[in-house]
Amino acid sequence: MAVYTMKEAKPAPSTSKGVVFWMRENLFSDIHNSLLTLLGIYFIYATIPPLLDWMIFDATWSGTKEEVVKEGARWIFIIEKFDQFMYGFYPESLHWRPNLVAILSLVFVFLVPRLSSIKVKFVIMILYPFVCFFLIRGGLGLEIVGTEKWGGLMLTILVAAVGIIASFPIGILLALGRQSDNMPVVKTLCVGFIEFIRGVPLITILFMASVVLPLFFSDGLEFDKLLRALIGITLFQAAYIAEVIRGGLQAIPKGQYEASESLGLTYWQGMILIILPQALKISIPNLVGSFISLFKDTTLVLIIGLFDILAMVTLTNSDTSWLGFEIEGYVFVTIIYWVFCFSMSQYSRVIERRYNTDH
Amino acid sequence: MNNSNLPPTSSGIFNSPKNRAIIFQVLSLVVVVLCIFYFINNMFDNVAKRGITTGFSFLGETAGFGISQSLIPYDDTTSTFLDVFIVGLLNTILVGVIGIVLASIIGLMVGIGRLSSNYLVAKLSLVYIETFRNIPILLQILFWYNVVLAALPSPRQSISYFDSIFINNRGLIMPDPIFESGSSFILVAFVLACISVVFLSKWATKRHDLTGEEFPLFKVSLAIIIVAPLLVFFITGQPISAEYPALKGFNFKGGLTIIPELLALIFALSIYTATYIAEAVRAGIEAVPPGQKEAAKSLGLKEHVILRKVVLPQALRVIIPPVINQYLNLVKNSSLATAIGYPEIVTLFSGTTLNQVGQAIEIILMTMAVYLVFSIVISLLLNWVNAKMEIKGR
Repeated sequence: MAVYTMKEAKPAPSTSKGVVFWMRENLFSDIHNSLLTLLGIYFIYATIPPLLDWMIFDATWSGTKEEVVKEGARWIFIIEKFDQFMYGFYPESLHWRPNLVAILSLVFVFLVPRLSSIKVKFVIMILYPFVCFFLIRGGLGLEIVGTEKWGGLMLTILVAAVGIIASFPIGILLALGRQSDNMPVVKTLCVGFIEFIRGVPLITILFMASVVLPLFFSDGLEFDKLLRALIGITLFQAAYIAEVIRGGLQAIPKGQYEASESLGLTYWQGMILIILPQALKISIPNLVGSFISLFKDTTLVLIIGLFDILAMVTLTNSDTSWLGFEIEGYVFVTIIYWVFCFSMSQYSRVIERRYNTDH
Repeated sequence: MNNSNLPPTSSGIFNSPKNRAIIFQVLSLVVVVLCIFYFINNMFDNVAKRGITTGFSFLGETAGFGISQSLIPYDDTTSTFLDVFIVGLLNTILVGVIGIVLASIIGLMVGIGRLSSNYLVAKLSLVYIETFRNIPILLQILFWYNVVLAALPSPRQSISYFDSIFINNRGLIMPDPIFESGSSFILVAFVLACISVVFLSKWATKRHDLTGEEFPLFKVSLAIIIVAPLLVFFITGQPISAEYPALKGFNFKGGLTIIPELLALIFALSIYTATYIAEAVRAGIEAVPPGQKEAAKSLGLKEHVILRKVVLPQALRVIIPPVINQYLNLVKNSSLATAIGYPEIVTLFSGTTLNQVGQAIEIILMTMAVYLVFSIVISLLLNWVNAKMEIKGR
């Protein structure tokens, strides 16, 4: 009687697995693809090693300017001017104040979503901007630091944060106004404002805010340069946020509106309790996208004479003992912006996946 | 259910939603009008106090400053501020057109590369997109201008190609075409060729609808558009010649110079905008259901026919609206040229002219109006395209 035993399965033929197979499939599937791959490899070979050499291996990390002998980046310039890139002309002895604000902000971001009491949350959210403003500007016993001394990354983040926070409520109101079909006058006003702002470049709005805005108020009202820029940026961002939120509002099924009305809720109750929470939730990825744009757009304040981190490149290079370090400055600032924007966009993808409730 | 213990429902004027809406609208209108009135009133007060004239009469005055690049004849002793406005406007349009063409080409290539079956090409395209879209456009413009182009050699050590194109820190210098008499015939031939191609395509579509026969439209049209002007060029005795640049002293004389400001602006704008166009192209192609491609394959269509007749028409419907929006963004971003001093509308008008004349309100409103007109034109175009591409139900 024959005995049947299970035979070991033969390994897959070497032509259908392994590194060679993968390369043949994905890199060299035909002549056309092979040429592209070779071109790509040449491109990487031609760019990456020189770039790495310049940035890391041939770079000068310490010592003084006179001792530089290597060909690569002279990061000593960044190290020397680091404080200016971060804080602008903010007095060195008071750097602990912006630092404290940074720590507070981190605590705020991690703590507030975990609080259970809505009232405490609300109070903290109202108090937080005032505390930050007080810490940075001073007053009530703390030494006052005028806005003309604010600069660097601190100013960039400040402009972006104020732009985001202040434009949010205005944006919501504009979006609701644009959606209110039973009030044609309000709707027209909102549409007019939104389309006007979205139709012109930010730089013209900043010019408007810095040159024309002071003329709108009776004499004697002195506007801070930073405040003028903030007003311009807030109005600009509000129009874009309004459009993002309108997208969210339009995606809410009509039944939700009707249900809230049939429960006897007033317009505002229905909006705050039922419609907006859903609309804002689905707008989050686009809101983050709009925040990223704003963060990149904050660079424009240098054109109206504020010293954000990008303006610091030119400014630090006007120091007669540190001339000709533009490349290092620009590369450093580029890396900072890239890290901020890239991490924000990755974060928005995470959120998108987390809130994605349809399967 | 007994409702008698509820308070009586009032039916006053304020309870009707209609009346409420009217009251609210009247209130908001009054507030807005009052604010505008207050602002304008203050504005006139302030302007009068500072002794600034109002109105647009300044447009007729002579400007008296030089402009580094102008598409129309401009002379700093006789040209007026209106000329300055037109020069700036044309320079903005020039940047817009060149930038849009370049950004579309790069964006299309990278977007298709992103979906390539070639792993390396797909990853390189991804790296390109993620790198350049996360760096502020102003930073990119400044980097090109202050670092890359500033590092180019002086005119004497120019990098030259074929002894006719020179690159140095004064810009890109190339042969300048000279149009002699008779060159207008070439233009006429070109226009006629374009018109005939339009009719040809209509005829080809009609024939295809009736008989199903294919006509090699693209190749024939290309041939007509290239051959017709070329033929006229030789018949009329080659009326277009070129003036070659030559090094005289410390700089080049003759030739067509593209100033470094324009180069930096175009590089930065097209590279930045291309990342967004690439993402739109990728999203559009991915939006076509795979079943469409499989169905076309099972009908026995060839690969390039599938792409041209099945995938692209459906993908374009998704691609075109965001891409047109990006074109508008590119034009708006060209206003950042003011940071490097390229003479476009914001630099010339909201910058130099504002400094000389001081009439901030008129000047900034005129600048804004230019961009508003651009936006309106582009959104009309977008609506037209959307209406044209709408899926026609039967």
